[in-house]
This record gives sequence, structure tokens and C-alpha cells, in this order.
Amino acid sequence: MPLSTYGRGLRGLSLATIATISLALVLVFFYAPLDADQGFIQKIFYIHVPLAIVSLCGFIFGGVLAIGHLRTGDRRWDMRSYVAIHMALIFGVGALITGSIWAKASWGHWWVWNEPTLVSFLIVVLLFATYQPLRFAIEDPMLQARYASVFAVVAGAFVPLNFMAVRLAQQYVHPRVLTLTGGNLPGSMRLTFLISLVGITLLYVTLWRYEMAAKNARMQVRRLRRSLLGDDAVPGYGRSAAPS
Amino acid sequence: MSAVLTLATAPALPLHSAGKYVAGAYIVFVALILIYVAIMARRLTKTERDLAELRREVEAAQLHEDPDRDLTGAAR
Repeated sequence: MPLSTYGRGLRGLSLATIATISLALVLVFFYAPLDADQGFIQKIFYIHVPLAIVSLCGFIFGGVLAIGHLRTGDRRWDMRSYVAIHMALIFGVGALITGSIWAKASWGHWWVWNEPTLVSFLIVVLLFATYQPLRFAIEDPMLQARYASVFAVVAGAFVPLNFMAVRLAQQYVHPRVLTLTGGNLPGSMRLTFLISLVGITLLYVTLWRYEMAAKNARMQVRRLRRSLLGDDAVPGYGRSAAPS
Repeated sequence: MSAVLTLATAPALPLHSAGKYVAGAYIVFVALILIYVAIMARRLTKTERDLAELRREVEAAQLHEDPDRDLTGAAR
């Protein structure tokens, strides 16, 4: 995909992301009512839950993109999958840290090991944290891309299975406020949450495209150098976890 | 204008003991984005440097092939 395809519309997308997140912050602090049970601390919900949802969807997205690589052999799909998982991991770390802060304020502990939602999310994040070392361990770029794609597909399929298993768990401390039947969020809280979710999703898409454009630009510079000055003018990448 | 009025008349945020935790969570979010953007900015600077170096090398190679050729403004 040429550079312009990733870079095209990035400015508008960035502005839409900033506008949506700004709107979400205004709604969180000036529109959504205080939670009757938790009070002000519940405001973390509007950042923590969207980060967790977008992170999990990002892992699945990475797996879907990896299928593209396994089907076509085109390494651009591997690059897309790599960036999707890389971004989802950053969002996942954000969800873990904000969740931990919320847990400390609400339950008095930074972490609760007998809570299936927390532990299962940690397992997913740790699983995908092994993605980069796996790539780094394989020197051959073609093999690296293939093995990483297989990993991304299998681990991506694990995410919804893990989610369903947790939802079926009987013992949990985590509140269940979002369900298929509507949940128990009041209208103003639901609107604020949805705007926050859209904002975080836009942020993910913007950063994904931003990083794709940057990686693509670097690869084009290398390709240009090779075609103009010959292979000797381009030093090798060396071992790297990133697709080359 | 109504949005400004809404903000101006909004009640003060209840920043008691919970305030530091909420602030902490949102600061983590902003910090993650800022760190990411800083890393990307550094990479962009490196790409620009590589591109400038490539341009110089191309100009030098072309001058070597055809010393009489005027390359002013070329390869920009």
C-alpha cells in the first residue's frame, strides 16, 4: 500500500479523535451524574472500560489481519497485524493500570487475584506480551512473519473464548453493567460511556494508521536507497521484532 | 455560548479523597499517549534525516556520473 493511502485523511481523523475525546471528557466530568454507590471514583469507568474493550478488539483485529497474511503470503498484512497487536498491547497496559488504580480506590487493593475478569484480562495481555519476543527469536523474516501470524490467529481466537468463559463465571466482584439486554446504566451515563468508547476507538484507529504511515515511509526510504544506490548502500536491519 | 454557560454554572467537582485516584487514572492515559507520540516524533526525525542523507547521496552520485549537469533544485 503506498504511503499516501495510510497518510490520507489522517489529519481529519486526528481532529475527529481530539474532538470526540474532548467531548467525552466534558461529559464525564460535567454531565454524567455521580454514581450512587461509588461516587466520584466511578469516573474511572469511562476511561478504563473503553481501553479494555478496544484493547481486546485490537487483539482480535490483529488476528484477522494475520489471516490475510496466511492466505496471501503478502507481508504487508503481517505489518498491519503487528501494528494492530502492538497498539492493542499499549491500550491493554493502560486498561490494567487504570483498573488497578480503580481497584485500590474502590476495594482497597491494587489487585484482586480471585476476580476472574481481572485475572483473565491479565492473562490475555501477558499472552500477547510474548508476541514481540516470539518475533525477535526468529531471524528469518519470512518464517518470523508466518509464525507470528499463526500466533496472532490462535491468540486472537482465544480472546472471545476467554471473554465468554469469564461472563459465565458465577463468582465475581466486578459489576456487570454492560449486557446484551441493555445493562443497568442510566441514559446519561450510557451516552457518556458510548462517546468515550467512540473516542478511544478513534484514538486506536488514528494511532494505528499513524504508525503504519511511519513504518511505510521508513520502508520506502530504504527501498529508494536500494534502487538508487544499490544493495550495499543499505545496511541490514539486524535482528528485529518488527516486520522488515 | 450555551456550552460555556453550562460549564460556568456546573458544580465544583467533588475532589475529595477519590480525586487523586481519578486524576491518577486520567494522567496515566494522557502520559501513555504523550510517550507514544514522543517516540513516534523521534522516529519521524530519524526518517527525515535518512531522507536528507539519501538526497545528498543521490546528488553526489549524479554529479559523479555527469559533472556538468546542474542539479540545483533536483531530487527535492
